[in-house]
Amino acid sequence: MRIGIPKETFAGEKRVATTPDVAAKLIKLGYTVAIEQGAGSAADLTDEAYQAVGVEILGDAASVWSTSDIVLKVRGPAADAANDEVASLREGGALISFLWPAQNQALLEGLAARKATVLAMDSVPRISRAQKADALSSMANIAGYRAIIEAAQNFGRFFTGQVTAAGKVPPAKVFIIGAGVAGLAAIGAANGLGAIVRATDTRPEVGDQIKSLGAEFVPVEYQEEGTGVGGYAKVMSEGYLRAQAEMIAKQCKEVDVVVTTALIPGKPAPRLITAEMVASMQPGSVIVDLAAEQGGNCEFTVPGQVVERHGVRIVGYTDLPSRMARQSSQLYATNLLRLLEEMTPGKDGEMVVNMDDEMIRGATVIKEGAITWPPPPPTLSAAPKAAPKAAATPVAPAKPLISPALKSLLVLGVGGLALAWLGSVAPPAFMAHLMVFVLACFVGYMVIWNVTPALHTPLMSVTNAISSIIAIGAILQISSPGALMTLLGSAALILTTVNMAGGFWVTQRMLRMFRRSE
Amino acid sequence: MSEGLVTVSYIASTILFILSLGGLSNPETSRRGNHYGIAGMAIAIIATILGPKVTSIVPVVMAMLIGGSAGIIAAKRVQMTQMPELVALMHSLVGLAAVLIGYTSYLDSSMQFEGVEKTIHEVEIYIGIFIGAVTFSGSVIAFGKLSARISGKPLLLPGRHLINLGGLLAVIWFCNLFLNVESGGVGMLLLFMMTGLALAFGVHMVMAIGGADMPVVVSMLNSYSGWAASATGFMLSNDLLIVTGALVGSSGAILSYIMCRAMNRNFFSVIAGGFGTAGGTTVASEGPQGEVQPVSAEDTAELLRNSSKVIIVPGYGMAVAQAQHTVFEITKLLRERGVDVHFAIHPVAGRMPGHMNVLLAEAKVPYDIVAEMDEINHEFPNTDVAMVIGANDIVNPAAQDDPGSPIAGMPVLEVWKAKTSIVMKRSMASGYAGVDNPLFYKENNRMLFGDAKKMLDEVLTALRSG
Repeated sequence: MRIGIPKETFAGEKRVATTPDVAAKLIKLGYTVAIEQGAGSAADLTDEAYQAVGVEILGDAASVWSTSDIVLKVRGPAADAANDEVASLREGGALISFLWPAQNQALLEGLAARKATVLAMDSVPRISRAQKADALSSMANIAGYRAIIEAAQNFGRFFTGQVTAAGKVPPAKVFIIGAGVAGLAAIGAANGLGAIVRATDTRPEVGDQIKSLGAEFVPVEYQEEGTGVGGYAKVMSEGYLRAQAEMIAKQCKEVDVVVTTALIPGKPAPRLITAEMVASMQPGSVIVDLAAEQGGNCEFTVPGQVVERHGVRIVGYTDLPSRMARQSSQLYATNLLRLLEEMTPGKDGEMVVNMDDEMIRGATVIKEGAITWPPPPPTLSAAPKAAPKAAATPVAPAKPLISPALKSLLVLGVGGLALAWLGSVAPPAFMAHLMVFVLACFVGYMVIWNVTPALHTPLMSVTNAISSIIAIGAILQISSPGALMTLLGSAALILTTVNMAGGFWVTQRMLRMFRRSE
Repeated sequence: MSEGLVTVSYIASTILFILSLGGLSNPETSRRGNHYGIAGMAIAIIATILGPKVTSIVPVVMAMLIGGSAGIIAAKRVQMTQMPELVALMHSLVGLAAVLIGYTSYLDSSMQFEGVEKTIHEVEIYIGIFIGAVTFSGSVIAFGKLSARISGKPLLLPGRHLINLGGLLAVIWFCNLFLNVESGGVGMLLLFMMTGLALAFGVHMVMAIGGADMPVVVSMLNSYSGWAASATGFMLSNDLLIVTGALVGSSGAILSYIMCRAMNRNFFSVIAGGFGTAGGTTVASEGPQGEVQPVSAEDTAELLRNSSKVIIVPGYGMAVAQAQHTVFEITKLLRERGVDVHFAIHPVAGRMPGHMNVLLAEAKVPYDIVAEMDEINHEFPNTDVAMVIGANDIVNPAAQDDPGSPIAGMPVLEVWKAKTSIVMKRSMASGYAGVDNPLFYKENNRMLFGDAKKMLDEVLTALRSG
């Protein structure tokens, strides 16, 4: 089948749906690939680079749309009078792009009328197997990183603290609201620039992830579980929201940069930063609102623009991934490739839409003209939580009859008495041996604790070899008078030498195998 | 060679033995350590042979040639997966030798004692034979269990604690009789009876212990073989034997302690046996908490290829399937592609302490990427894929979450904290402990069913082609 990639027509969109590297892999899957001239130029990908891997370059968009069985795009197709991409799609053709079917019902119906098969990259289910095709996450990752870069751009100070000859510079304090993929990427980037990073999230379990990236987790002091279906956040109760607002207000007074990433699927973005909070911030502070497109987390956010209110710059860019077009094109193209790999089981360039595959089922919004959106809820992450177990009543630990201290005292006392008795009756020669024995036990104790656990098996085999020192006893006995003694002694000696030779040999064999990586 | 020189040689070999064990603190110095051990042994034997007490050298040399060549042949032929069996078998030899030396010492008329000294000498003989016999029969049974000649299931006789206690009382009573007999014949008979009891005791003790507890048993028998040597030293008034035996004995005891701690269990409860037969069934009946998600070898390869950090958790299943070489090939390939691969070893993985390390070393896995549980457990949250090969109980989250679980409190490798965990298993059967594993039903866990070797070969092929 033939894959076509037209140039993105949305104003300011610099991304492209495939890169030369990925195109080469698509060709390896059996597809032929064609792109519109200059489709990658905004992402610094030249036509020559595409040509070099065997991609056909077509002069205009119309020929791409008309000759392709499958069209790959970043943004959903335009459907206005001047540029009707929906109408350009071949009847019965396939389209894979971002689509947002919930918000674009008309578009969905228009595509269905073309008898098309459409996969929405934003509908790829959030299951582990589909992670490789999860374009939302890869774009969110870029957005989070870029948010910090934009913040740094608009912030008049260093992020990292410095002590210079010209005085001390305090590190910037960055507060990140919402620790999803974008939030975590922002934490990583801000941390990398040397800022002091704090982050909050309604889902308490992401606290560990926040900490693992080197940021401080600021929880909301209120008892409510914020995890919704599919690992996304959900709408919270009023009491919770009040506690959250207090916490954010407090943070706003302290920090220099706020990055907000709070989104709830299918709902307008929650209004987390009010006018008063902005007013309370230091002049020169920066707010980057990643939720600008969904209405913004900040009251002052203007989508697509940087505005200044109360001396605070509020960045509302909605095209952060596009601002890093080379990177985002590469990740997005790879996500598309992973999806197409799943859909090309024969590696023969034939796309199969297998509706039994959960990943493909989730992404497919129209199949041969029939709207299949929304998909059934994901079965995996929706697995009902096991009914809370009957609160395991902690069994009060049975009180020991005697306290541990008394017990060890008793043991010491009994042992001491036994030794005293032994000392009073045993001959001095025996006591000398006993002393040697006890000392040797302690030496052994000290030495063995130093043995690395990796060498416990060699330790056992070498101690085993050493324990055949009782051969000495056998050797001495062989010389005792009497044939029976010699016989028994010889038998014992044979047994111990088997052990001795075998033990040392096999230890050596094992130890020779332990090696460092070169 | 005079007595004085012999003693000096013994001091030298004692020091060499201590250095030998000290050398094992680090793989770098471990080979030197083994050489110290060999040197110490050689010095001790040559000094004894040349010493004034030994008059007939020919049988000594003959016996050592026979035994030595047999030992070397066995050591050359043994496969690394069979190490636990070999070690158990060798323990039995020490035990048997201690028994023989004890009898010889009793028969030896050249050593005459009076009064307390006689009593002490006889007690020493009695204890030496007892420990030797228990070591011998226990090791033989352990060997049988490890080499699957005997079922790994614990054999539980009714009232087994009473049997053990009765046996012990009988042994003490016989000892009392033995010390008071006049004629050598009756004494010999009592010794025989005690030996029989000791042998039965050893058999009974190891039979009652389940397969997963084998690391404790093997290290305990290691300890016993040391104590047997020590007892022989007391019997023969030989300090070298006492010291060496004590070194070996404490080594084995510490290993047993480490193994017990790794299972959060009391030494006596392990030795008393019968783990996983009580309690385990009641927990299992609560039932699985969901569905497992199987995964194909190709998808596993895909997951591995797309990750930046992978931790592999090997268990006894890897040893059984002889999959360590394939594991290394996969590791090598992933490392060449820039994936950070580490191994996480639980102290009781396998059938003897350090078993997994030896297998991985055999497959040429460099030891600096093989980490102990405590070193690596905190790294799972930053790991993309944790791959569990033929292990079960040591990665069971119930040990932490479920206070009613029979393995509650046992330290485990927290593979479920990785982004994805893959468990390779032949079927859904539960581990040795008979405990159901909630890990399998976790949302981020995938099951790769099949023989570990075969499935890993497929993963390797898929990785190479991708």
